[in-house]
Amino acid sequence: MSSTDSTEIEKSDDSSLVSDSDKSLSDAISKKFSNVEIAYVKPDRIRVNVKREEIIDVASFIRDELNFDHAESVSGVDYPEDKQIEVVYHLGSYTNKSLEKKILALATRTPREDNPNPGNDSTKLPSLRDVFPSVSFHERECFEMLGVYFDGNPDNRRLLLPEDWADIPPLRKDFAIKGR
Amino acid sequence: MSGQVYPKDTKVLPGLQLEKVDDRIMTLNVGPQHPGSGHMRIIIKVDGDYIVHCDPDPGYVHRGEEKMAEYRNYITNIPHLERPVIHDSCNILYPYCLGVEELLGIEVSERAKYIRVIAAELNRCVYIQYWLAIYGIFLGHSTMFMWPVGDRELMIDLLDKMTGARVTHAYFVPGGVRNDIPANFEDMCLRQVNYFEKRLKEYADVFYDNPILISRTKDTGVLSREDAIKLGTTGSVLRASGVDFDIRKKEPYDVYEELDFQTNVLKEGDSYARSKIPWLDMLESCRIIRDALQKMPKSGSVRVKLKPKPKAGDTEVYRRVESGRGSLGMHIVSRNNPQPYRLKISVPSFRNLIAMPHLLTGEKLGNLPPVYWSLNYWPVEADR
Repeated sequence: MSSTDSTEIEKSDDSSLVSDSDKSLSDAISKKFSNVEIAYVKPDRIRVNVKREEIIDVASFIRDELNFDHAESVSGVDYPEDKQIEVVYHLGSYTNKSLEKKILALATRTPREDNPNPGNDSTKLPSLRDVFPSVSFHERECFEMLGVYFDGNPDNRRLLLPEDWADIPPLRKDFAIKGR
Repeated sequence: MSGQVYPKDTKVLPGLQLEKVDDRIMTLNVGPQHPGSGHMRIIIKVDGDYIVHCDPDPGYVHRGEEKMAEYRNYITNIPHLERPVIHDSCNILYPYCLGVEELLGIEVSERAKYIRVIAAELNRCVYIQYWLAIYGIFLGHSTMFMWPVGDRELMIDLLDKMTGARVTHAYFVPGGVRNDIPANFEDMCLRQVNYFEKRLKEYADVFYDNPILISRTKDTGVLSREDAIKLGTTGSVLRASGVDFDIRKKEPYDVYEELDFQTNVLKEGDSYARSKIPWLDMLESCRIIRDALQKMPKSGSVRVKLKPKPKAGDTEVYRRVESGRGSLGMHIVSRNNPQPYRLKISVPSFRNLIAMPHLLTGEKLGNLPPVYWSLNYWPVEADR
Protein backbone atom coordinates (compact mmCIF):
# COMPACT_ATOMS: atom_id res chain seq x y z
CA MET A 1 0.00 0.00 0.00
CA SER A 2 2.25 2.84 -1.17
CA SER A 3 1.17 6.39 -0.64
CA THR A 4 1.53 7.27 -4.33
CA ASP A 5 -1.63 5.46 -5.43
CA SER A 6 -3.90 6.96 -2.86
CA THR A 7 -5.82 10.19 -2.86
CA GLU A 8 -5.05 12.61 -0.09
CA ILE A 9 -7.97 14.87 0.60
CA GLU A 10 -7.51 18.15 2.38
CA LYS A 11 -9.81 18.55 5.32
CA SER A 12 -12.22 21.25 4.30
CA ASP A 13 -13.12 24.02 6.66
CA ASP A 14 -16.90 24.07 6.81
CA SER A 15 -17.23 26.40 9.78
CA SER A 16 -18.96 28.96 7.55
CA LEU A 17 -21.86 26.52 7.01
CA VAL A 18 -22.46 25.99 10.72
CA SER A 19 -25.72 27.65 11.70
CA ASP A 20 -26.39 29.64 14.82
CA SER A 21 -28.63 26.93 16.21
CA ASP A 22 -25.74 24.44 16.10
CA LYS A 23 -23.55 26.91 17.97
CA SER A 24 -26.20 27.71 20.55
CA LEU A 25 -26.61 23.99 21.31
CA SER A 26 -22.90 23.51 21.88
CA ASP A 27 -22.71 26.73 23.89
CA ALA A 28 -25.55 25.58 26.14
CA ILE A 29 -23.67 22.38 26.96
CA SER A 30 -20.28 24.00 27.51
CA LYS A 31 -21.86 26.71 29.66
CA LYS A 32 -23.54 24.20 31.95
CA PHE A 33 -20.66 21.70 32.17
CA SER A 34 -17.16 23.14 32.30
CA ASN A 35 -15.38 19.78 31.90
CA VAL A 36 -17.14 18.85 28.67
CA GLU A 37 -15.07 19.12 25.51
CA ILE A 38 -16.88 20.17 22.31
CA ALA A 39 -15.00 18.05 19.76
CA TYR A 40 -16.50 19.65 16.67
CA VAL A 41 -19.50 21.57 15.44
CA LYS A 42 -20.29 20.79 11.79
CA PRO A 43 -23.53 21.57 9.97
CA ASP A 44 -26.22 19.60 11.86
CA ARG A 45 -23.61 17.43 13.56
CA ILE A 46 -22.22 18.18 17.01
CA ARG A 47 -19.94 16.01 19.04
CA VAL A 48 -19.23 16.37 22.73
CA ASN A 49 -16.69 14.34 24.68
CA VAL A 50 -17.49 13.79 28.34
CA LYS A 51 -15.89 11.96 31.24
CA ARG A 52 -17.65 8.79 32.23
CA GLU A 53 -18.50 10.10 35.70
CA GLU A 54 -20.47 12.95 34.10
CA ILE A 55 -22.23 11.17 31.28
CA ILE A 56 -25.57 10.62 33.03
CA ASP A 57 -25.78 14.28 34.08
CA VAL A 58 -24.91 15.50 30.59
CA ALA A 59 -27.32 13.06 28.95
CA SER A 60 -30.15 14.10 31.29
CA PHE A 61 -29.43 17.75 30.50
CA ILE A 62 -29.48 17.00 26.75
CA ARG A 63 -32.80 15.20 27.10
CA ASP A 64 -34.58 17.63 29.44
CA GLU A 65 -33.20 21.00 28.37
CA LEU A 66 -32.17 20.48 24.75
CA ASN A 67 -35.06 18.14 23.78
CA PHE A 68 -33.14 15.28 22.22
CA ASP A 69 -35.44 12.32 22.84
CA HIS A 70 -33.98 9.12 21.40
CA ALA A 71 -30.73 7.37 20.49
CA GLU A 72 -30.14 6.51 16.85
CA SER A 73 -27.07 4.38 17.34
CA VAL A 74 -24.47 3.42 19.90
CA SER A 75 -21.05 2.67 18.46
CA GLY A 76 -18.08 1.39 20.35
CA VAL A 77 -14.64 2.16 18.96
CA ASP A 78 -11.49 0.47 20.19
CA TYR A 79 -8.29 2.51 20.57
CA PRO A 80 -5.60 0.05 21.76
CA GLU A 81 -2.75 2.61 21.57
CA ASP A 82 -4.62 4.89 24.02
CA LYS A 83 -5.61 1.84 26.10
CA GLN A 84 -9.18 3.07 25.89
CA ILE A 85 -12.50 2.15 24.34
CA GLU A 86 -14.80 4.89 23.18
CA VAL A 87 -18.58 4.65 23.13
CA VAL A 88 -20.47 7.16 20.98
CA TYR A 89 -24.20 7.73 21.44
CA HIS A 90 -25.83 9.39 18.43
CA LEU A 91 -28.85 11.25 19.74
CA GLY A 92 -31.70 12.68 17.69
CA SER A 93 -35.04 14.35 18.21
CA TYR A 94 -38.48 13.45 16.88
CA THR A 95 -40.46 16.05 18.77
CA ASN A 96 -38.57 19.31 18.29
CA LYS A 97 -38.95 20.76 14.79
CA SER A 98 -35.67 22.67 14.83
CA LEU A 99 -33.64 19.62 15.88
CA GLU A 100 -34.97 17.08 13.39
CA LYS A 101 -31.97 17.43 11.09
CA LYS A 102 -29.43 17.35 13.86
CA ILE A 103 -27.47 14.53 15.41
CA LEU A 104 -25.70 15.08 18.69
CA ALA A 105 -22.88 12.62 19.28
CA LEU A 106 -22.18 12.08 22.96
CA ALA A 107 -18.87 10.28 23.41
CA THR A 108 -17.16 8.89 26.45
CA ARG A 109 -14.17 6.66 27.09
CA THR A 110 -13.42 3.80 29.41
CA PRO A 111 -10.10 2.07 30.23
CA ARG A 112 -9.26 -0.99 28.19
CA GLU A 113 -7.40 -4.05 29.43
CA ASP A 114 -5.12 -6.19 27.33
CA ASN A 115 -6.55 -9.43 28.70
CA PRO A 116 -10.24 -8.68 28.80
CA ASN A 117 -12.58 -10.36 31.20
CA PRO A 118 -15.89 -8.83 30.10
CA GLY A 119 -18.03 -7.72 33.00
CA ASN A 120 -15.33 -8.31 35.63
CA ASP A 121 -12.62 -5.86 34.64
CA SER A 122 -12.27 -2.09 34.67
CA THR A 123 -13.94 -1.65 31.24
CA LYS A 124 -17.19 -0.25 32.57
CA LEU A 125 -19.50 2.65 31.85
CA PRO A 126 -22.70 3.88 33.47
CA SER A 127 -25.71 2.84 31.42
CA LEU A 128 -27.88 5.50 29.78
CA ARG A 129 -30.86 3.16 29.78
CA ASP A 130 -32.74 5.18 32.39
CA VAL A 131 -32.25 8.40 30.42
CA PHE A 132 -32.85 7.01 26.93
CA PRO A 133 -34.68 3.63 27.01
CA SER A 134 -33.87 3.26 23.30
CA VAL A 135 -30.23 2.39 24.05
CA SER A 136 -31.02 -0.92 25.83
CA PHE A 137 -30.36 -3.31 22.95
CA HIS A 138 -27.53 -1.20 21.55
CA GLU A 139 -25.70 -1.37 24.89
CA ARG A 140 -26.23 -5.10 25.02
CA GLU A 141 -24.60 -5.39 21.61
CA CYS A 142 -21.73 -3.12 22.64
CA PHE A 143 -21.04 -5.28 25.71
CA GLU A 144 -20.62 -8.49 23.75
CA MET A 145 -18.80 -6.92 20.80
CA LEU A 146 -16.32 -4.76 22.75
CA GLY A 147 -16.57 -6.00 26.33
CA VAL A 148 -17.85 -2.70 27.76
CA TYR A 149 -20.01 -3.52 30.77
CA PHE A 150 -22.85 -1.07 31.33
CA ASP A 151 -23.50 -0.53 35.03
CA GLY A 152 -27.21 -0.11 35.59
CA ASN A 153 -28.39 -1.96 32.51
CA PRO A 154 -30.16 -5.03 33.97
CA ASP A 155 -29.85 -6.89 30.69
CA ASN A 156 -26.21 -7.45 29.78
CA ARG A 157 -26.85 -10.89 28.34
CA ARG A 158 -25.41 -12.09 25.06
CA LEU A 159 -27.41 -10.96 22.04
CA LEU A 160 -25.93 -11.65 18.60
CA LEU A 161 -22.90 -13.86 19.25
CA PRO A 162 -23.26 -17.62 19.68
CA GLU A 163 -23.90 -18.89 23.22
CA ASP A 164 -20.59 -20.77 23.28
CA TRP A 165 -18.44 -17.82 22.19
CA ALA A 166 -15.25 -18.12 24.27
CA ASP A 167 -12.88 -15.71 22.49
CA ILE A 168 -12.21 -12.04 23.21
CA PRO A 169 -14.88 -9.52 22.16
CA PRO A 170 -14.69 -9.57 18.35
CA LEU A 171 -14.79 -5.87 17.54
CA ARG A 172 -11.60 -5.23 19.50
CA LYS A 173 -8.65 -4.48 17.27
CA ASP A 174 -6.59 -7.40 18.56
CA PHE A 175 -9.20 -9.88 17.39
CA ALA A 176 -7.89 -10.74 13.94
CA ILE A 177 -9.81 -12.24 11.04
CA LYS A 178 -8.21 -15.33 9.54
CA GLY A 179 -6.45 -14.68 6.24
CA ARG A 180 -6.42 -10.91 6.55
CA MET B 1 -60.22 -63.65 36.64
CA SER B 2 -61.02 -59.99 36.96
CA GLY B 3 -58.85 -59.88 40.10
CA GLN B 4 -55.75 -60.54 37.96
CA VAL B 5 -56.54 -57.86 35.35
CA TYR B 6 -57.58 -55.29 37.94
CA PRO B 7 -55.48 -55.92 41.06
CA LYS B 8 -57.02 -54.26 44.10
CA ASP B 9 -53.96 -52.24 45.14
CA THR B 10 -53.48 -50.25 41.93
CA LYS B 11 -56.11 -47.69 41.11
CA VAL B 12 -54.40 -45.91 38.20
CA LEU B 13 -52.16 -47.46 35.57
CA PRO B 14 -48.50 -46.32 35.64
CA GLY B 15 -47.99 -43.13 33.67
CA LEU B 16 -51.61 -42.15 33.76
CA GLN B 17 -51.60 -40.55 37.18
CA LEU B 18 -52.91 -37.04 37.13
CA GLU B 19 -50.70 -34.60 38.95
CA LYS B 20 -51.71 -31.28 40.25
CA VAL B 21 -50.45 -28.61 37.85
CA ASP B 22 -49.38 -25.60 39.83
CA ASP B 23 -47.10 -24.08 37.22
CA ARG B 24 -49.44 -22.35 34.81
CA ILE B 25 -46.72 -20.61 32.84
CA MET B 26 -45.40 -22.41 29.79
CA THR B 27 -42.32 -21.37 27.82
CA LEU B 28 -42.48 -21.54 24.03
CA ASN B 29 -39.80 -21.05 21.43
CA VAL B 30 -41.07 -19.36 18.30
CA GLY B 31 -38.28 -20.00 15.83
CA PRO B 32 -35.52 -20.03 14.75
CA GLN B 33 -36.61 -22.81 12.40
CA HIS B 34 -40.25 -21.84 12.38
CA PRO B 35 -41.02 -20.12 9.05
CA GLY B 36 -43.24 -17.60 10.79
CA SER B 37 -40.43 -16.10 12.80
CA GLY B 38 -37.84 -15.44 10.15
CA HIS B 39 -34.24 -16.20 11.10
CA MET B 40 -34.73 -15.41 14.75
CA ARG B 41 -36.19 -16.83 17.92
CA ILE B 42 -38.74 -15.27 20.20
CA ILE B 43 -38.84 -16.92 23.60
CA ILE B 44 -42.31 -16.34 24.96
CA LYS B 45 -43.97 -17.35 28.21
CA VAL B 46 -47.70 -17.93 28.00
CA ASP B 47 -50.36 -18.10 30.67
CA GLY B 48 -53.22 -19.83 28.93
CA ASP B 49 -53.69 -17.87 25.73
CA TYR B 50 -51.89 -14.72 26.86
CA ILE B 51 -48.24 -13.87 26.38
CA VAL B 52 -46.88 -12.76 29.75
CA HIS B 53 -43.22 -12.43 28.82
CA CYS B 54 -41.37 -12.03 25.55
CA ASP B 55 -37.64 -12.18 24.96
CA PRO B 56 -36.43 -11.74 21.37
CA ASP B 57 -33.26 -13.67 20.60
CA PRO B 58 -31.65 -12.51 17.33
CA GLY B 59 -28.19 -13.45 16.11
CA TYR B 60 -28.80 -16.55 14.01
CA VAL B 61 -27.65 -14.75 10.85
CA HIS B 62 -24.93 -12.56 12.31
CA ARG B 63 -22.19 -12.17 9.70
CA GLY B 64 -19.81 -9.66 11.21
CA GLU B 65 -20.29 -7.02 8.52
CA GLU B 66 -18.84 -4.30 10.75
CA LYS B 67 -15.67 -6.28 11.41
CA MET B 68 -15.29 -7.21 7.74
CA ALA B 69 -15.55 -3.56 6.74
CA GLU B 70 -12.45 -2.70 8.80
CA TYR B 71 -10.30 -4.94 6.59
CA ARG B 72 -11.44 -3.72 3.16
CA ASN B 73 -10.98 -0.38 1.46
CA TYR B 74 -13.80 2.00 0.72
CA ILE B 75 -14.53 0.53 -2.71
CA THR B 76 -14.21 -3.20 -1.97
CA ASN B 77 -16.58 -2.73 0.96
CA ILE B 78 -19.49 -2.11 -1.43
CA PRO B 79 -20.62 -5.65 -2.36
CA HIS B 80 -20.59 -7.16 1.11
CA LEU B 81 -22.28 -4.20 2.79
CA GLU B 82 -25.51 -4.78 0.88
CA ARG B 83 -25.77 -8.40 2.05
CA PRO B 84 -27.73 -7.73 5.25
CA VAL B 85 -30.77 -6.80 3.19
CA ILE B 86 -30.28 -7.79 -0.42
CA HIS B 87 -33.76 -6.83 -1.60
CA ASP B 88 -33.21 -3.27 -0.35
CA SER B 89 -29.58 -3.16 -1.39
CA CYS B 90 -29.65 0.35 -2.88
CA ASN B 91 -30.93 1.83 0.35
CA ILE B 92 -28.38 0.13 2.58
CA LEU B 93 -25.53 1.35 0.37
CA TYR B 94 -26.97 4.85 0.23
CA PRO B 95 -25.75 6.14 3.65
CA TYR B 96 -22.39 4.47 3.07
CA CYS B 97 -21.90 6.28 -0.23
CA LEU B 98 -23.10 9.60 1.20
CA GLY B 99 -20.76 9.17 4.15
CA VAL B 100 -17.70 8.26 2.07
CA GLU B 101 -18.44 11.15 -0.30
CA GLU B 102 -18.51 13.50 2.68
CA LEU B 103 -15.24 12.04 3.98
CA LEU B 104 -13.49 12.35 0.63
CA GLY B 105 -15.11 15.64 -0.34
CA ILE B 106 -16.62 14.36 -3.60
CA GLU B 107 -19.42 16.21 -5.37
CA VAL B 108 -21.80 13.91 -7.26
CA SER B 109 -23.25 14.95 -10.64
CA GLU B 110 -26.90 15.97 -10.89
CA ARG B 111 -27.83 13.09 -13.18
CA ALA B 112 -26.27 10.53 -10.84
CA LYS B 113 -28.29 11.94 -7.94
CA TYR B 114 -31.54 11.48 -9.86
CA ILE B 115 -30.59 7.96 -10.94
CA ARG B 116 -29.83 7.12 -7.33
CA VAL B 117 -33.18 8.39 -6.15
CA ILE B 118 -35.01 6.38 -8.84
CA ALA B 119 -33.07 3.22 -7.97
CA ALA B 120 -33.65 3.74 -4.25
CA GLU B 121 -37.40 4.17 -4.74
CA LEU B 122 -37.66 1.13 -7.04
CA ASN B 123 -35.76 -0.84 -4.44
CA ARG B 124 -38.06 0.38 -1.69
CA CYS B 125 -41.02 -1.04 -3.64
CA VAL B 126 -39.20 -4.36 -4.12
CA TYR B 127 -38.54 -4.61 -0.40
CA ILE B 128 -42.04 -3.62 0.68
CA GLN B 129 -43.67 -6.03 -1.78
CA TYR B 130 -41.58 -8.86 -0.38
CA TRP B 131 -42.53 -7.90 3.16
CA LEU B 132 -46.20 -7.53 2.21
CA ALA B 133 -46.21 -11.01 0.66
CA ILE B 134 -44.95 -12.52 3.92
CA TYR B 135 -47.37 -10.45 5.96
CA GLY B 136 -50.22 -11.70 3.78
CA ILE B 137 -49.33 -15.37 3.93
CA PHE B 138 -48.92 -15.38 7.72
CA LEU B 139 -52.37 -13.96 8.10
CA GLY B 140 -53.61 -16.84 5.94
CA HIS B 141 -54.29 -14.63 2.93
CA SER B 142 -52.59 -16.46 0.06
CA THR B 143 -53.76 -13.99 -2.61
CA MET B 144 -51.79 -11.35 -0.78
CA PHE B 145 -48.76 -13.60 -1.12
CA MET B 146 -49.14 -14.21 -4.86
CA TRP B 147 -49.95 -10.66 -5.95
CA PRO B 148 -47.01 -8.80 -4.38
CA VAL B 149 -44.56 -11.52 -5.42
CA GLY B 150 -45.84 -11.24 -8.98
CA ASP B 151 -45.98 -7.44 -9.13
CA ARG B 152 -42.57 -7.19 -7.52
CA GLU B 153 -41.13 -8.57 -10.75
CA LEU B 154 -42.03 -5.32 -12.52
CA MET B 155 -39.67 -3.40 -10.30
CA ILE B 156 -37.01 -6.12 -10.32
CA ASP B 157 -37.16 -6.01 -14.11
CA LEU B 158 -36.45 -2.29 -14.13
CA LEU B 159 -33.60 -2.64 -11.65
CA ASP B 160 -32.23 -5.50 -13.73
CA LYS B 161 -32.15 -3.20 -16.79
CA MET B 162 -30.51 -0.46 -14.75
CA THR B 163 -27.92 -2.40 -12.83
CA GLY B 164 -27.52 -5.76 -14.51
CA ALA B 165 -28.56 -7.82 -11.49
CA ARG B 166 -31.95 -8.85 -10.16
CA VAL B 167 -31.35 -8.39 -6.44
CA THR B 168 -27.73 -7.86 -5.40
CA HIS B 169 -27.16 -4.71 -7.43
CA ALA B 170 -23.99 -3.16 -5.88
CA TYR B 171 -25.05 -0.19 -8.00
CA PHE B 172 -24.27 2.76 -5.76
CA VAL B 173 -20.62 3.72 -5.47
CA PRO B 174 -19.01 6.68 -3.71
CA GLY B 175 -19.08 9.30 -6.45
CA GLY B 176 -22.32 8.30 -8.17
CA VAL B 177 -23.59 5.05 -9.66
CA ARG B 178 -21.67 2.25 -11.34
CA ASN B 179 -23.07 2.69 -14.86
CA ASP B 180 -25.51 4.85 -16.77
CA ILE B 181 -29.08 3.69 -17.41
CA PRO B 182 -29.93 2.15 -20.81
CA ALA B 183 -31.22 4.37 -23.61
CA ASN B 184 -34.90 3.42 -23.59
CA PHE B 185 -35.15 3.22 -19.81
CA GLU B 186 -37.33 6.28 -19.15
CA ASP B 187 -40.26 5.10 -21.29
CA MET B 188 -40.13 1.57 -19.98
CA CYS B 189 -39.89 2.78 -16.39
CA LEU B 190 -42.84 5.12 -16.78
CA ARG B 191 -45.00 2.39 -18.32
CA GLN B 192 -44.21 -0.18 -15.65
CA VAL B 193 -44.52 2.24 -12.76
CA ASN B 194 -47.94 3.36 -13.99
CA TYR B 195 -49.12 -0.22 -14.25
CA PHE B 196 -47.61 -1.00 -10.84
CA GLU B 197 -49.50 1.88 -9.29
CA LYS B 198 -52.76 0.68 -10.82
CA ARG B 199 -52.15 -2.77 -9.37
CA LEU B 200 -51.35 -1.34 -5.93
CA LYS B 201 -54.72 0.35 -5.79
CA GLU B 202 -56.37 -3.03 -6.29
CA TYR B 203 -54.69 -4.28 -3.10
CA ALA B 204 -57.08 -2.13 -1.09
CA ASP B 205 -60.12 -4.12 -2.23
CA VAL B 206 -58.65 -7.53 -1.58
CA PHE B 207 -56.53 -6.82 1.48
CA TYR B 208 -56.75 -3.50 3.27
CA ASP B 209 -60.55 -3.26 3.18
CA ASN B 210 -60.93 -6.94 3.94
CA PRO B 211 -63.00 -7.38 7.14
CA ILE B 212 -60.98 -10.44 8.16
CA LEU B 213 -57.72 -8.52 8.04
CA ILE B 214 -59.28 -5.61 9.86
CA SER B 215 -60.65 -7.82 12.63
CA ARG B 216 -57.26 -9.46 13.14
CA THR B 217 -55.12 -6.36 13.11
CA LYS B 218 -57.25 -3.46 14.35
CA ASP B 219 -56.43 -2.55 17.96
CA THR B 220 -53.83 -5.28 18.33
CA GLY B 221 -50.36 -4.32 19.43
CA VAL B 222 -51.09 -0.66 19.98
CA LEU B 223 -47.96 1.48 20.28
CA SER B 224 -48.66 4.92 21.65
CA ARG B 225 -46.98 8.02 20.28
CA GLU B 226 -45.02 8.62 23.49
CA ASP B 227 -43.76 5.05 23.66
CA ALA B 228 -42.78 5.04 19.99
CA ILE B 229 -40.59 8.09 20.63
CA LYS B 230 -39.15 6.78 23.90
CA LEU B 231 -38.27 3.41 22.39
CA GLY B 232 -36.57 5.18 19.49
CA THR B 233 -38.51 3.26 16.84
CA THR B 234 -38.24 4.36 13.26
CA GLY B 235 -39.83 4.18 9.82
CA SER B 236 -43.27 2.72 9.35
CA VAL B 237 -43.57 1.79 13.05
CA LEU B 238 -42.97 5.38 14.09
CA ARG B 239 -45.15 6.94 11.41
CA ALA B 240 -48.03 4.57 12.20
CA SER B 241 -47.98 5.94 15.75
CA GLY B 242 -48.55 9.51 14.64
CA VAL B 243 -44.99 10.88 14.48
CA ASP B 244 -44.32 12.65 11.21
CA PHE B 245 -40.67 11.75 10.69
CA ASP B 246 -39.22 10.77 7.35
CA ILE B 247 -35.54 11.41 6.68
CA ARG B 248 -36.34 12.18 3.03
CA LYS B 249 -38.28 15.22 4.24
CA LYS B 250 -36.49 16.10 7.46
CA GLU B 251 -32.91 15.80 6.31
CA PRO B 252 -33.17 15.63 2.49
CA TYR B 253 -30.24 13.96 0.78
CA ASP B 254 -29.36 14.09 -2.93
CA VAL B 255 -32.37 15.58 -4.78
CA TYR B 256 -35.29 14.68 -2.49
CA GLU B 257 -35.70 18.36 -1.68
CA GLU B 258 -36.70 19.11 -5.28
CA LEU B 259 -39.20 16.28 -5.64
CA ASP B 260 -42.90 16.41 -5.01
CA PHE B 261 -44.10 13.90 -2.42
CA GLN B 262 -45.60 13.70 1.03
CA THR B 263 -45.00 11.52 4.06
CA ASN B 264 -47.65 9.12 5.29
CA VAL B 265 -48.67 9.30 8.92
CA LEU B 266 -51.43 7.44 10.74
CA LYS B 267 -52.48 8.02 14.32
CA GLU B 268 -53.80 4.62 15.43
CA GLY B 269 -50.49 2.89 16.20
CA ASP B 270 -52.00 -0.60 15.83
CA SER B 271 -50.94 -3.47 13.57
CA TYR B 272 -53.35 -2.32 10.88
CA ALA B 273 -51.81 1.14 10.68
CA ARG B 274 -48.33 -0.34 10.67
CA SER B 275 -49.24 -2.62 7.78
CA LYS B 276 -50.86 0.17 5.81
CA ILE B 277 -48.01 2.71 5.98
CA PRO B 278 -45.61 0.70 3.74
CA TRP B 279 -48.35 0.31 1.13
CA LEU B 280 -48.97 4.07 1.16
CA ASP B 281 -45.21 4.54 0.89
CA MET B 282 -45.17 2.48 -2.30
CA LEU B 283 -47.85 4.69 -3.86
CA GLU B 284 -45.75 7.70 -2.86
CA SER B 285 -42.66 6.07 -4.39
CA CYS B 286 -44.48 5.85 -7.74
CA ARG B 287 -45.03 9.61 -7.59
CA ILE B 288 -41.38 10.23 -6.73
CA ILE B 289 -40.16 8.05 -9.60
CA ARG B 290 -42.40 9.81 -12.15
CA ASP B 291 -41.33 13.21 -10.89
CA ALA B 292 -37.65 12.27 -10.90
CA LEU B 293 -37.86 10.86 -14.45
CA GLN B 294 -39.25 14.19 -15.59
CA LYS B 295 -36.72 16.38 -13.80
CA MET B 296 -33.64 14.25 -14.47
CA PRO B 297 -31.00 15.81 -16.75
CA LYS B 298 -31.04 13.84 -19.99
CA SER B 299 -27.29 13.45 -20.25
CA GLY B 300 -24.15 13.91 -18.24
CA SER B 301 -21.65 11.87 -16.33
CA VAL B 302 -22.89 9.54 -13.64
CA ARG B 303 -19.71 8.70 -11.79
CA VAL B 304 -16.75 10.59 -10.41
CA LYS B 305 -13.66 8.54 -10.97
CA LEU B 306 -11.67 7.97 -7.82
CA LYS B 307 -8.04 7.02 -7.56
CA PRO B 308 -7.47 3.51 -6.26
CA LYS B 309 -7.64 3.12 -2.49
CA PRO B 310 -8.75 6.65 -1.61
CA LYS B 311 -7.78 7.81 1.87
CA ALA B 312 -9.88 10.01 4.10
CA GLY B 313 -8.45 12.18 6.84
CA ASP B 314 -8.63 11.83 10.61
CA THR B 315 -12.34 12.42 10.97
CA GLU B 316 -15.77 10.79 11.28
CA VAL B 317 -19.22 11.11 9.72
CA TYR B 318 -22.74 9.99 10.55
CA ARG B 319 -25.12 9.87 7.60
CA ARG B 320 -28.63 8.45 7.43
CA VAL B 321 -31.29 7.76 4.81
CA GLU B 322 -34.88 6.55 4.86
CA SER B 323 -34.80 2.90 3.81
CA GLY B 324 -37.77 0.61 3.27
CA ARG B 325 -37.95 -0.01 7.02
CA GLY B 326 -36.89 3.33 8.41
CA SER B 327 -33.87 5.45 9.17
CA LEU B 328 -30.64 3.68 8.27
CA GLY B 329 -27.52 5.36 9.59
CA MET B 330 -23.83 4.73 9.18
CA HIS B 331 -21.12 6.00 11.46
CA ILE B 332 -17.77 5.89 9.67
CA VAL B 333 -14.61 6.63 11.64
CA SER B 334 -11.61 7.30 9.42
CA ARG B 335 -8.00 7.48 10.59
CA ASN B 336 -6.10 8.39 7.47
CA ASN B 337 -6.23 4.88 6.05
CA PRO B 338 -7.69 3.39 2.88
CA GLN B 339 -9.93 1.29 5.13
CA PRO B 340 -12.50 2.63 7.58
CA TYR B 341 -11.21 2.42 11.15
CA ARG B 342 -14.70 1.61 12.37
CA LEU B 343 -17.99 1.30 10.52
CA LYS B 344 -21.13 1.14 12.62
CA ILE B 345 -24.31 0.31 10.76
CA SER B 346 -27.37 1.44 12.69
CA VAL B 347 -30.17 -0.51 11.06
CA PRO B 348 -33.89 0.17 11.45
CA SER B 349 -34.72 -3.48 12.17
CA PHE B 350 -32.39 -3.52 15.14
CA ARG B 351 -33.84 -0.26 16.41
CA ASN B 352 -37.40 -1.57 16.10
CA LEU B 353 -36.50 -4.82 17.88
CA ILE B 354 -37.09 -3.16 21.25
CA ALA B 355 -40.76 -2.63 20.35
CA MET B 356 -41.27 -6.38 20.07
CA PRO B 357 -41.30 -7.32 23.79
CA HIS B 358 -43.11 -4.06 24.50
CA LEU B 359 -45.98 -4.90 22.16
CA LEU B 360 -46.21 -8.68 22.48
CA THR B 361 -46.37 -8.83 26.29
CA GLY B 362 -50.04 -8.94 27.19
CA GLU B 363 -51.22 -9.92 23.72
CA LYS B 364 -52.97 -13.16 22.85
CA LEU B 365 -50.76 -15.84 21.35
CA GLY B 366 -52.78 -15.76 18.13
CA ASN B 367 -51.88 -12.10 17.69
CA LEU B 368 -48.18 -12.86 17.52
CA PRO B 369 -47.92 -13.10 13.68
CA PRO B 370 -49.84 -9.90 12.88
CA VAL B 371 -47.92 -7.92 15.50
CA TYR B 372 -44.50 -9.41 14.77
CA TRP B 373 -44.70 -8.92 11.01
CA SER B 374 -46.23 -5.47 11.28
CA LEU B 375 -42.97 -4.30 12.86
CA ASN B 376 -41.38 -4.51 9.40
CA TYR B 377 -38.57 -6.48 10.98
CA TRP B 378 -35.93 -8.09 8.82
CA PRO B 379 -33.82 -10.47 10.98
CA VAL B 380 -30.85 -10.64 8.62
CA GLU B 381 -30.51 -6.88 8.65
CA ALA B 382 -30.87 -6.66 12.42
CA ASP B 383 -28.01 -9.13 12.93
CA ARG B 384 -25.70 -7.61 10.29
